[in-house]
Amino acid sequence: MTTAAHHPEADSKISVEHWLRMYRQMVSIRLFEEQVNELYTRALMPGLAHLYAGEEAVAVGICEALRPDDYITSTHRGHGHCLAKGASPDRMFAELLGKEAGYCRGKGGSMHIADPATGNLGANAIVAGSVGIATGAAFSAKRLGTNQVAVCFFGEGALGQGVLYEVMNLAQLWKLPVIYVCENNLYTEYTHYSETTAGDIVARGAAFGLHAESVDGQDVRVVHDTATRLVERARQGQGPAFLCCNTYRYSGHHVGDINREYYRSKQEEQRWKSERDPIKLLGDWLSQQKFADSVLFDSIHSQVKSEMEKAVKFAIAAPYPSPEEVEQDVYA
Amino acid sequence: MPEAAHRELTFAQAVREALAEEMRRDSRVCIFGEDVAEAGTPFKVLSGLVEEFGTERVVDTPISEAGFTGLAVGAAMTGLRPVVDIMFGDFITLTMDQMANQAAKVHYMSGGKWKVPMVMRTTLGATRRSAAQHSQSLHAWFSHVPGLKVVLPSTPYDAKGLLKTAIRDENPVVFFEDKMMHHKLKGPVPSEEYTIPFGVADVKRAGSDITLVATSSMVQVALGAAALLEAAGISAEVIDPRTTWPLDEASLIESARKTSRVIVMDEGYGRYGVTAEIAAVIAEGAFYDLDAPVKRMGAMHVPIPFSPPLEDATVPTEQSVFEAAQALCGRS
Repeated sequence: MTTAAHHPEADSKISVEHWLRMYRQMVSIRLFEEQVNELYTRALMPGLAHLYAGEEAVAVGICEALRPDDYITSTHRGHGHCLAKGASPDRMFAELLGKEAGYCRGKGGSMHIADPATGNLGANAIVAGSVGIATGAAFSAKRLGTNQVAVCFFGEGALGQGVLYEVMNLAQLWKLPVIYVCENNLYTEYTHYSETTAGDIVARGAAFGLHAESVDGQDVRVVHDTATRLVERARQGQGPAFLCCNTYRYSGHHVGDINREYYRSKQEEQRWKSERDPIKLLGDWLSQQKFADSVLFDSIHSQVKSEMEKAVKFAIAAPYPSPEEVEQDVYA
Repeated sequence: MPEAAHRELTFAQAVREALAEEMRRDSRVCIFGEDVAEAGTPFKVLSGLVEEFGTERVVDTPISEAGFTGLAVGAAMTGLRPVVDIMFGDFITLTMDQMANQAAKVHYMSGGKWKVPMVMRTTLGATRRSAAQHSQSLHAWFSHVPGLKVVLPSTPYDAKGLLKTAIRDENPVVFFEDKMMHHKLKGPVPSEEYTIPFGVADVKRAGSDITLVATSSMVQVALGAAALLEAAGISAEVIDPRTTWPLDEASLIESARKTSRVIVMDEGYGRYGVTAEIAAVIAEGAFYDLDAPVKRMGAMHVPIPFSPPLEDATVPTEQSVFEAAQALCGRS
């Protein structure tokens, strides 16, 4: 199977600039996460860090199919979604370090980035915690006639939470413009998903009558093509969809999860990185099509790298919130 | 005096009128719940609303408390003002993640950027022969969570004024109605527009020898006990905090300092409950003016039993409060 064969229609519709933009965004997420790993291991970042590296094609392919005012909800592994929806790395890093310049004034941290300006209803640290919120945003969009769409990102671990099935039922009953995006990165924390998930994943969405499909989550072109179709469908009032993106988490469950051989092999990790890397796959295709070459890729990498270094410096230098802020914003 | 001043409504009529007025005033207000539309809820509190506002705004849901409460959180964040109906207060347990982890924390975690202007209406109270899963008074659970406001109206007048305030509030508010009062308790409700601010206790009966702090269903019990006490030569003051959060600590302390003796009554479980919190507030604020330890009276620490004589033994009565007050005043 060649990746190019999957989406001739998308190829004709989307400009080279758009694919290069997605390439750059995936590189941004990858290098953002490298900096997070660095900050964390240097003990500059408090708390927990759940890295998105390996899954970039899902966030980018889907968010690039959205309007700026469309909504997303994200997860504990949410840096990629927030960046792909338009968050700026400097304020992201500031939030990760608990600084006042962060998106949540340091009150949310890595697992709770939220930003109304980019339609980000918030990353959520309860597994499946945001499925109701995303469905409610879609309800508002329909009721208020704003033509917005809501995308609810969650990992395959959320398939174990009953509330997901409650809201998929509601979304289909009321034909809400919401897309449930299941990122199946194969591991529910430290357990292979096959040990926690009975039956077929896509069938769970289909059981409620949702339009349901599954895609190669490492191929941003396939993800984007599919997302564009599902978003358009939802925007036109044809109802919700369930999209399973098959992907892989390069790192452990969190940065501290280093010795992983009791649940997956190093060979498996290496195979995904060398054969199924989303950035490499798009780069190879762009090269084959003569749309770009290694000089351009290198220049994108070095530009993004210096952008990330600058953003990290900004966050490290930024002040912490003053202690008086602790009681601010408990109530509106 | 104009005739309108003598208008009397039942508790249920007052709740319904508050909802209808706010729905006329603000098209963003909508109701979600099980059998809220044509059925008007099993308690018939909402009868007639769907005829005026339609099924777009009075929305029957599946039996999915977590799902539709979560949906309401998202809808509130994105431009609507949902009022969710949780039929029996015991069912709030099914909504706990949506309320305690989502609704209560969204504003704070987002650094004050997202708001959740929603109301959850639910019920409390035993003695309806409904057994252990349809009789609890669990308002202490929500009162424990920063970010939520909790309202406990005890009269039709308070129910209407406080519910209108709840719907206009920018925060998640939980509104507990004593289901025994819905159709049994009648009281004056002016036809003119009014609202009642949160965090303002109301002296339901002035007195000088002992303070009976009472909430919700216990207010009528306290007033009955106060009448018995008067006949015995003891002047009891009955004060109703009306909201457990915000809590009008100053008024409770002031009444305690005036009378020097206090019984705190609430139909929730006594252990770690509302009575414990209020007793502590009074002990801290009025210690040197008290002539007796603060006494607490709540539901017995047992699952509410079905058998009538057993169930009746679990809740304070006029007679038990009368006896406790006499003892506290050294008159037994």
